[in-house]
Amino acid sequence: MDIALIGRIIPVFVQAAWTTVQLSLLSLVLGLAVAALIAGLRLSHLAVLRFIGTAYVSVFRGTPALLQIFLLYFGGPQIGIQLEPFAAGAIALGLNIAAYMAESIRGGVLSVDRGQMEAARSLGFGEGQSMRWIVLPQAAKLMIRPLGVNAVALVKGTALVATISVVELTYTAQRFIGSTYKPFEIFAVTAVLYMIMVYGLTLVIDRLDRAYAEEA
Amino acid sequence: MTDVRPMIEVRGARKFFGPLEVLKGIDFSVARGQIVAVIGPSGSGKSTLLRSINHLETLDGGEVWLDGVKVNQTLPRRAFEKHINSVRQQMGMVFQHFNLFPHLSVAENIAIAPMKLKGMAKVDARALALKMLDKVGLADKIDAFPARLSGGQKQRVAIARALAMQPKVMLFDEATSALDPELVDEVNLVMKQLAAEHMTMVIVTHEMRFAAEVADRVIFMADGAVVEEGKPDDLFRNPVQERTRSFLKKFLNG
Ligand SMILES: Nc1ncnc2c1ncn2[C@@H]1O[C@H](COP(=O)(O)OP(=O)(O)OP(=O)(O)O)[C@@H](O)[C@H]1O
Ligand SMILES: [Mg+2]
Repeated sequence: MDIALIGRIIPVFVQAAWTTVQLSLLSLVLGLAVAALIAGLRLSHLAVLRFIGTAYVSVFRGTPALLQIFLLYFGGPQIGIQLEPFAAGAIALGLNIAAYMAESIRGGVLSVDRGQMEAARSLGFGEGQSMRWIVLPQAAKLMIRPLGVNAVALVKGTALVATISVVELTYTAQRFIGSTYKPFEIFAVTAVLYMIMVYGLTLVIDRLDRAYAEEA
Repeated sequence: MTDVRPMIEVRGARKFFGPLEVLKGIDFSVARGQIVAVIGPSGSGKSTLLRSINHLETLDGGEVWLDGVKVNQTLPRRAFEKHINSVRQQMGMVFQHFNLFPHLSVAENIAIAPMKLKGMAKVDARALALKMLDKVGLADKIDAFPARLSGGQKQRVAIARALAMQPKVMLFDEATSALDPELVDEVNLVMKQLAAEHMTMVIVTHEMRFAAEVADRVIFMADGAVVEEGKPDDLFRNPVQERTRSFLKKFLNG
């Protein structure tokens, strides 16, 4: 065990972990926005819109995330989409996780008792208003856990963009192994950093969950 | 000239669920201030009929009128939404399972519709909520959340919530059948009080005694059709139809 090596690499690895955090946050924001849209399509009255939403989910959940990253980064330029590795990674990860998050959001909405929508409608609320004031506030609470699971998967999934040379945590680890030949120390440090990030995230999720639980 | 226009009028109401014909051409009307009880065996279409009145169910045939306005009229989607929302604001509905909004306090449950739909200011809406709660004897629960209330209290809040929109009619779908027996009376009492105030009401119920006490007219439904209707005294004591007789007999013995 090369303790001195660990001490030396930590600053660089913390820097790389920060890149992973930024990448995660960006994909998370993009993912949530797209997920909300897709969930809306999936819940629509119009068959066409439902079909589009379902197709999105099927495609992004039915193919490897790695392939989606490659397709955007390597295939993109061919159709005029030229992106930096970081941007390509963030977008591909965001679009991918959106498919899963859309299902979490939809599940939350569908878990709210049908009687809630009916009670709202019977008072004279329109469909959108009923969603906004009655169904979504209740669904939000039910979504936090599943969305949290998606977010954790996303953070770990960022490791995939090492393959398109985004200088995040896993890429940095691989590069250091090439120069030091100490894979055990280096992967151990890397694993600990991922665990810290995931642990921090679960703390946030727990807090949100509790904050919502107290409301009712 | 007296106003003879019925408050609610249902003409030839037909409804299918898939191949199943649940309403087979129902006609009835409710005069202003009148109280109609709808009774009948399980699955006879009572709930479907009631829900058709405020368009929670869409009829496949027939018409529903509220105070001279056709409820199920044909309009472009957006126009219909607007129309139906305004119609529903004039009809209070009370559900078997209360359907209070669990994320809102009692005050907010009652105030939200007047605030969002009528633009009422928050203080006024709270005052209104208090007034409505007073009516149902629950003023002290104004800041409670639904989860803390008994079934009877929940249903009384649900009634207060509907009343806060100052509806022209109230529709009750088995308002007391989800309640423990000892909680039934407090809800019935509120309904009787509304009756005394001449609220127009349609009450779907399994409680024959309550129907007899409160209703001006009783409608007996079976298999999606009105079998018999009349004054409670007549219908309960001297039913004409065999179907009514056997239903009532089963009910009184069972
Ligand atoms: N959404 C639905 N889809 C399919 N069938 C339905 C639906 N709602 C009701 N039904 C059927 O329609 C018939 C009438 O139902 P409805 O709920 O109106 O009866 P009801 O008289 O209110 O019965 P109960 O006394 O049990 O409440 C029943 O056979 C029921 O199974
Ligand atoms: Mg029913």
